[in-house]
Amino acid sequence: MKRRFAFGALLFFCWIFPSQGGEFEGLRHKMMEEVLATSGSSPPGPSVMAAMEKVERHRFVPAWLTPFAYLNRPLPIGYGQTISQPLIVAQMTELLKVKEGDKVLEIGTGSGYQAAVLAKIAGSVYTMEIIEPLGNQAGKRLKSLGYDNIKTKVGDGYYGWPEAAPFDAIMVTAAASHVPPPLLKQLKPGGRMVIPLGTHFMTQYLMLVEKQADGSVTTHQMVPVSFVPLTGGH
Amino acid sequence: MNAPRPPFIAIGLLSACVLAYEVLLTRLFSIVLWHHFAYMIISAAMLGYGASGTALTLLKEKIIPHVGTVYVMAATGMAFLMPAAFLLTQQVPFNPLELLWDKTQLAKLLAIYLLMMLPFFCGGLGIGLVLWHFGKEAGRIYAFDILGAGVGSLGVIGVLFLAPPNKVLIILAALALLAAAVAIIELKARPKWLAGMFAGLAFLVAVALPGDWLQVHLSPYKDLSETLNVAGAKVIEQRSSPLGQITVVENTRIPFRHAPGMSLNATDEPPPQLGVFVDGEGPSVLTRFDGNLAPLAYFDQFTSALPYHVLARPHVRPQVLVLGAGAGSDVLQALYFRAASVDAVELDRNVIDLVRRRFHDFAGDLYAQPGVHVHEGEARGFANASREHYDLVQVALLDSFGVASAGLYGLSESYIYTVEALQAYLNRLRPGGILAVTRWLTLPPRDALKLFATAALALERNGVPNPGKRLVMIRGWKTVTLLVKNSDFTASEIEVVKEFSRKRSFDVAYYPGMRADEANRYNVLVQPYFFEGAVALLGPQRQNFIDRYKFHIEPATDDRPFFFHFFKWEAAAELFALRERGGMPLLDWSYPLLVAALVQAFVVSVLLILAPLAVSRSRHTLPTGRVALYFLGIGLAFMFIEIAFIQKFLLFLAHPLYAVAVVLCAFLVFAAVGSWLAGRWQKRTTGSGHLIVAVVVMSALSLLYLVILPGLFQALIHLPDVAKIGISVLLIAPLAVCMGMPFPTGMMRLASTTPDAIPWAWAINGFASVVGAVLATLLAIHLGFAVVILLAVLIYGLAAVALR
Repeated sequence: MKRRFAFGALLFFCWIFPSQGGEFEGLRHKMMEEVLATSGSSPPGPSVMAAMEKVERHRFVPAWLTPFAYLNRPLPIGYGQTISQPLIVAQMTELLKVKEGDKVLEIGTGSGYQAAVLAKIAGSVYTMEIIEPLGNQAGKRLKSLGYDNIKTKVGDGYYGWPEAAPFDAIMVTAAASHVPPPLLKQLKPGGRMVIPLGTHFMTQYLMLVEKQADGSVTTHQMVPVSFVPLTGGH
Repeated sequence: MNAPRPPFIAIGLLSACVLAYEVLLTRLFSIVLWHHFAYMIISAAMLGYGASGTALTLLKEKIIPHVGTVYVMAATGMAFLMPAAFLLTQQVPFNPLELLWDKTQLAKLLAIYLLMMLPFFCGGLGIGLVLWHFGKEAGRIYAFDILGAGVGSLGVIGVLFLAPPNKVLIILAALALLAAAVAIIELKARPKWLAGMFAGLAFLVAVALPGDWLQVHLSPYKDLSETLNVAGAKVIEQRSSPLGQITVVENTRIPFRHAPGMSLNATDEPPPQLGVFVDGEGPSVLTRFDGNLAPLAYFDQFTSALPYHVLARPHVRPQVLVLGAGAGSDVLQALYFRAASVDAVELDRNVIDLVRRRFHDFAGDLYAQPGVHVHEGEARGFANASREHYDLVQVALLDSFGVASAGLYGLSESYIYTVEALQAYLNRLRPGGILAVTRWLTLPPRDALKLFATAALALERNGVPNPGKRLVMIRGWKTVTLLVKNSDFTASEIEVVKEFSRKRSFDVAYYPGMRADEANRYNVLVQPYFFEGAVALLGPQRQNFIDRYKFHIEPATDDRPFFFHFFKWEAAAELFALRERGGMPLLDWSYPLLVAALVQAFVVSVLLILAPLAVSRSRHTLPTGRVALYFLGIGLAFMFIEIAFIQKFLLFLAHPLYAVAVVLCAFLVFAAVGSWLAGRWQKRTTGSGHLIVAVVVMSALSLLYLVILPGLFQALIHLPDVAKIGISVLLIAPLAVCMGMPFPTGMMRLASTTPDAIPWAWAINGFASVVGAVLATLLAIHLGFAVVILLAVLIYGLAAVALR
């Protein structure tokens, strides 16, 4: 509890006396240590860790939430949307297995944080947001932060981004009742798609869709936590 | 002021106002947040009532000379605070979804709670004051009090059919002002023109104030709020009833394309749809239909399409019953599979009307298609009462994914998924017919395994020796469908199941004779949880598996109808420890919220009941602990019996709204009769003979009803509604008359021995009744409603002994 209090106080201090962001590095590092410690049996790999160490999460949350930007928790960003819990961002990015030079599509830009993390690893990121003001905000933010390999668009993500297709990986962070068939079509054979299912603030399970070389798909569903529903040795 | 007789009518009005406000708040908070906050409202009402009793005890010397003025002020305060407190609560940025992440949310919740309490404090103050001041008339006062409560709780349901909840709030404010006006007349207070002024004010508030200034703001995290953030979305219809506020949204720029859990192999896009939201949750959709079945091909890509494939025979078209038809998705699916007839059951008249009239053209006259018959009613009641037989009974996916996955339904009773319900559905099947139930996929498995266990038990109770031969379960990436057949599945049918699943990349979770290596192929889980669970639930170790499972998957029964309750204390600590590791969504947090409400109620009760003892100079005049126990006991027991019997009659009267209205009203009206009788008898004799008789009769009736009601209801369920309502009232009347006696008897005893203790007793009884309401649910979850009734009988007995 004391440790948390000190952590919060430090964050508050940084908020009151902001500078060029240098002092946030320490907080970011602490946050990533916590992500690593809480990710159980599937810890994020070095490339995801390095990417998240670099992305300034405090630039992606509303100003009044800056003191909480490096807590391992989801935060509201307005319009009923959230910036995901860092642990979930790490898990989803890891599942996507993005490599250098990959072309990635993201449906549901939100704050732009996830796109920024992906952009630190991939060659290019295409991201779409359906809520106009949110998409415009994120577009400006990513541009001002110098993410030149991210292209943003405001609009309906159902048909993906055909001009830039096919993609090595697709992340669908927007709620969808089904996986839009055009998105699957725009995924390269051997490509991976990740979809979180649940509500804001609460990710029920993560779904990984793998497209095989023959075009068929399989999915893996996993809860983001090491929890076996049975007690004892069943 | 000179007060020759108690203000009976004003008490009735104020009491009606308090109860109506309680019901209305439940409605308003269902729209703004989620409906499980009902328990917080009940608890806030209790706090207000209890605190008013404590205030009366502590301040009585100051109040004595101004009884009339204080009553009028209390009623006026309530009139002002009902809308004011609600407006203020809307300004508190409380987000229940952040409760476990952000500790400041608790402070915000507390602020809402305290604000909601204030109007109840005023209402309780007014009623408690009159009971105390005119203690010897307690019998008649209490009669008017509960009569008002009955009329209020019933009346508000009626008014909610006619006016939206924000307008009803204004009407209630006017009613409270009217209570002040009437009190001035009844108490013969001066100046007389005050009565006219309050009546005029009441009229002005009711007529002149538009409902619009009292806007109801939805949480930004509700499905409807999010939908309206999307460019092009607009509300094209809104309707309100006590069953819910329905909002229809159109978006021509970015269509809904609602196809929950559609196979990943599908290439179809759903046709244009309108989103239908109930209390801001959803959507379910109204799909455009022009008689052409081709655009409906996507209906073949859901797990719920499986039974149609299994039943497919050359030249034979199935007869289908859809339970929970909503805006018609499952009816369209049945038409796509060329069903010969579809009986569609839907509870909400407004939803039926949307399809039939308002969007008649868009929906292609769906509910008037050849062979389609719509029945307004509750699914379970329809299955119980119907004598038709079907090839397929389809239980639709009724709740929204978000709500189901967040565990928000944990406390709501549902008679749709109990063992007896599944038996009733199976009884509606023709030979070879299939019952199909589709649920959202939850991980680790909860709903699906509970449903599987329920089905196995239902088959066993129907005398099927080997239920495993009649069950099939498949799962997609988002939904699970369970088939229960009323004969064994044949080898060719099992081949159909496998082929259907393979083509759509769905997994077969269970079929008779399935091998372990056939599970977990397309939607791969860490372990084949569904298959392993299904096998364990069919084997000799069923109970052991249920006991060891970390979620509550014991089948729900009519006596413990909490299908959505998955919480287990054993797992709570582990999940809580994992909360920052992504374990939060696995916590079914509506149950802990109920327990929190109860603990809070208990702590506050003890503090407020003990406060007068600790600080008041009047503590020497307060009576013994036996009196406290008496009022505590009868408050608890009254609520136990009332709530438990509402549940029992719900199955008989089928429609939850009418059932609650009829049963509650009958209980309160006949309890008022009992109270009036007790008042007369108590005046004639100082003994407690009639109390003993009342308790004995009530206990005997309760026990008798426990035994005979299930059989009686089964025999009479086919009768028309009017007859069923009449029978219900006849059954409740003698019980309620007896239940109305203990409170006024005790009050009148106090009036003649220690009148100063009346507000204190009023506070204790107020606490107990509201704690009783919460506790009854908690006990029913664990022990069943039958035990709740038995406990009530025991408590009444002890209370009668305490008064002797």
